[in-house]
Amino acid sequence: MTQPETAVAHYLEAFDGIDGGEADRIRELRRAGMDRFVALGFPTMKNEDWHYTSVAPIATRSFDRTSFPSTVPSTDLDPFLFDSPEWPRLVFVDGWLAPELSNVPPRAGIDVSNLRPSLVDGSVDAALLGTIADHDTVGFTALNTALMQDGAVIRIGANVELETPIHLVFVSAQPVPLAASFPRNLVVLERGARASVIESYFGLRDESYLTVPVTEISLGEGARLEHVKVQNESAVAFHVGTIEAVQQRGSELHSFSYAAGAELSRTNVYTVLNGPGSSCTLNGMYMVSGVQHVDHQTRIVHAQPNTTSREIYKGILDGRSHGVFNGKVYVRPEAQKTDGKQSNNNLLLSDHARVDTKPQLEIFADDVKCTHGATVGRLDEVALFYMKSRGLDAEQARTLLIYAFAADVLETIPVKPVRDALEAAVFARVRGEELQLTSE
Amino acid sequence: MSTAIESLVNREYQYGFVTDVEADTIPRGLNEDIVRAIAAKKNEPEWMVEWRLKAYRRWLTMTEPHWSNVSYPAIDYQDMIYYSAPKSVKPLASLDEVDPELLRTYEKLGISLTEQKMLAGVAVDAIFDSVSVGTTFKEELGKQGIIFCSFGEAIQNHPDLVQKYLGTVVPHSDNFFAALNAAVFSDGSFCYVPKGVKCPMELSTYFRINAADTGQFERTLIIADEGASVSYLEGCTAPKRSGNQLHAAVVELVALDNASIKYSTVQNWYAGDAEGVGGIYNFVTKRGKCVGVNSKISWTQVETGSAITWKYPSVILQGDNSTGEFYSVAVVNNRQQADTGTKMIHIGKNTKSTIISKGISAGRGNNSYRGQVKVMPRATGARNYTQCDSMLIGNECGAHTFPYIEVQNDSAIVEHEASTSKIGEDQIFYCKQRGLNAEHAISIIVSGFCKEVFQNLPMEFAVEAQQLLGISLEGSVG
Repeated sequence: MTQPETAVAHYLEAFDGIDGGEADRIRELRRAGMDRFVALGFPTMKNEDWHYTSVAPIATRSFDRTSFPSTVPSTDLDPFLFDSPEWPRLVFVDGWLAPELSNVPPRAGIDVSNLRPSLVDGSVDAALLGTIADHDTVGFTALNTALMQDGAVIRIGANVELETPIHLVFVSAQPVPLAASFPRNLVVLERGARASVIESYFGLRDESYLTVPVTEISLGEGARLEHVKVQNESAVAFHVGTIEAVQQRGSELHSFSYAAGAELSRTNVYTVLNGPGSSCTLNGMYMVSGVQHVDHQTRIVHAQPNTTSREIYKGILDGRSHGVFNGKVYVRPEAQKTDGKQSNNNLLLSDHARVDTKPQLEIFADDVKCTHGATVGRLDEVALFYMKSRGLDAEQARTLLIYAFAADVLETIPVKPVRDALEAAVFARVRGEELQLTSE
Repeated sequence: MSTAIESLVNREYQYGFVTDVEADTIPRGLNEDIVRAIAAKKNEPEWMVEWRLKAYRRWLTMTEPHWSNVSYPAIDYQDMIYYSAPKSVKPLASLDEVDPELLRTYEKLGISLTEQKMLAGVAVDAIFDSVSVGTTFKEELGKQGIIFCSFGEAIQNHPDLVQKYLGTVVPHSDNFFAALNAAVFSDGSFCYVPKGVKCPMELSTYFRINAADTGQFERTLIIADEGASVSYLEGCTAPKRSGNQLHAAVVELVALDNASIKYSTVQNWYAGDAEGVGGIYNFVTKRGKCVGVNSKISWTQVETGSAITWKYPSVILQGDNSTGEFYSVAVVNNRQQADTGTKMIHIGKNTKSTIISKGISAGRGNNSYRGQVKVMPRATGARNYTQCDSMLIGNECGAHTFPYIEVQNDSAIVEHEASTSKIGEDQIFYCKQRGLNAEHAISIIVSGFCKEVFQNLPMEFAVEAQQLLGISLEGSVG
């Protein structure tokens, strides 16, 4: 165990060790991120945004930024491909692109590549990279900005509609403990474009590792993005991820965050409804047990009139696990006719599980409709009794009720193979079976 | 409609007058000598002085908290006068002996003691600035064994009770303002209801801040012994001033087995003018402890005044099957700020809590609900229901909701709901079409919005509260 200051110094060293050869402005961006991270340090529980989550397990270890990908046989990925190996996909192993595992057929109007080359030649969109995700005040985003390795750059041209989802696979496979990867993704949908992007995170070894991904999303006028994040890291891993979006007039973001893995995970989903008539749906589901800690923070900024947001997060907590949810909805003075709905429901399956939830509304406009709700409870005794009276045994009744609780939100996942796989995974986990991510 | 609104909004604070009574004050500033001087003026025993000093020393080590969603200029704690008492403080046999100037003040406030005595059957322990000047119905309460007196008298006459319960709910070290209060509190109310006694009348006090630049540090302690029940009313108005005044009160409620306490507040202190100049800083620590089984503590508050309101009347549900309730209406207009809510700490088994909060923001006011519901690991069968609704009037105000829900027991059922809306033009149109003017329509709609809270106020308060609400929002809709 080390002191957080030591860990910060450790990352500073890693930063200094990044070999040159990158474009000047990328070096400046990294330097800005590092300066902010050194200034901010790791968040403490005194920080209101981290009130219920201690990052001490991360801050007191010195994770090493990986410098090359491990070798992963392609068959190891099969269980995580949602039975859809035909999807265009980019696979990143330990943060670095693995070309032999990736497959993106070229298509007009669509540009899917990895970030690395554009960092070197400076061709990455300067107006977007590092401007959507806030590295000034969010420590982990600053750290990612300083140490980002590789990631996906997706650009969908105006009015192009993509039928098949793009699958971004982030796999950790370092055979040594304390590896860290810092994936950085940029997803740009131009005017009227439509696409689905899936991000999967998982580990192949039971070593402790850290993943700090940041995804920046820009949605042009009338664009629609379906974004699904599946976090299924290994049980001793740490994951702190951020998805941050800016939406123009009439655009739609449909985000789903699924978190079932990692010893400690935190997912931030932030969006700014920056054009009139834009809308977002931020849904999510977390299911943890043992000593797992899972934290979600969402932030929706209604910055323009006639914007709509919908949000449902559901959690199932077993063992001694600890679930945290903090959902913020801001309505700026000019965002009249805002319509916002948010809810967080938690199901406790054990005496020792714990939930801290904090839905939050901050409203500065008067002509708005905003509601939020939160519940915490266990399975309804009456419902259990009713099912038993209909001939189901206690275990079947319990399984069915938990499944129904989860299915409610899982069925909002827009990509069917992912929806089926996650429903199956929840069902299996409720029945105490090994977690399987493939669909039946 | 906007002109009607403007005229309503611009209505002056009706209770802004200064009563010219010769006041007995001590020098400006705060140090151990001042703390001792306050204790000496009140002829307090040594244990009380020690307690104050302990709190003062603790206060010196604390820093002023700034986490609330309010902003105000820094307070200079050395530039305040910590004690002020009207000169005429010899014990009074009857109201006739009270300074007629004071009585006239109460009359202007519409709370004439005599009238209330006759009409409402309310025992009034009126506090004018810091010293209790008139106590009524004492005899009648005395017959039942109920002690209802000023805090100063309680220290003199019932030191055992005060020593036993003082600081058991809000310790002297609880927070910055509570520590300050513990060090310099001037007076307040004390009530003890003995075993099995149901208090036959609503107990009531009126607080009032009078002498300029006097921070008022009230301390209230209410104890309901086993099987006892009591309902307590607190109402406030303050005269108009330009300098900001700090009010850092502490209220402690203790409910033993099967006891119940109902505490109602109507707060209408001077809120400052339309530009936010002046007004009271109302930084209050209010907390009740359901010590015994089946006990119940209920807070009801109507907060319309003060430049800044920062308070969280809370309940610690320690006894099994105990119940906590919080009903609140908070109104902000012009540049008022309110950060208010509650804490419900579930410790005992089968404890229940209900939170109903209604926030109304108008003008350039900012209204925050901040509430914590905490279910401890042993609180099997805990139940909470929270509803907080906000209403916005105009587009320069803000409404904020910060609920903290912390559950560590799987058998708990916790629900939180919140909504934000505005007064619909269709609602106003409908009322106008039925012959009501815009102002009246708003008043009716707002009353309906707050109905669940007003229902929990004692009758005479409910009427006053609705009137206050009407006045506070006058001219704010357009």
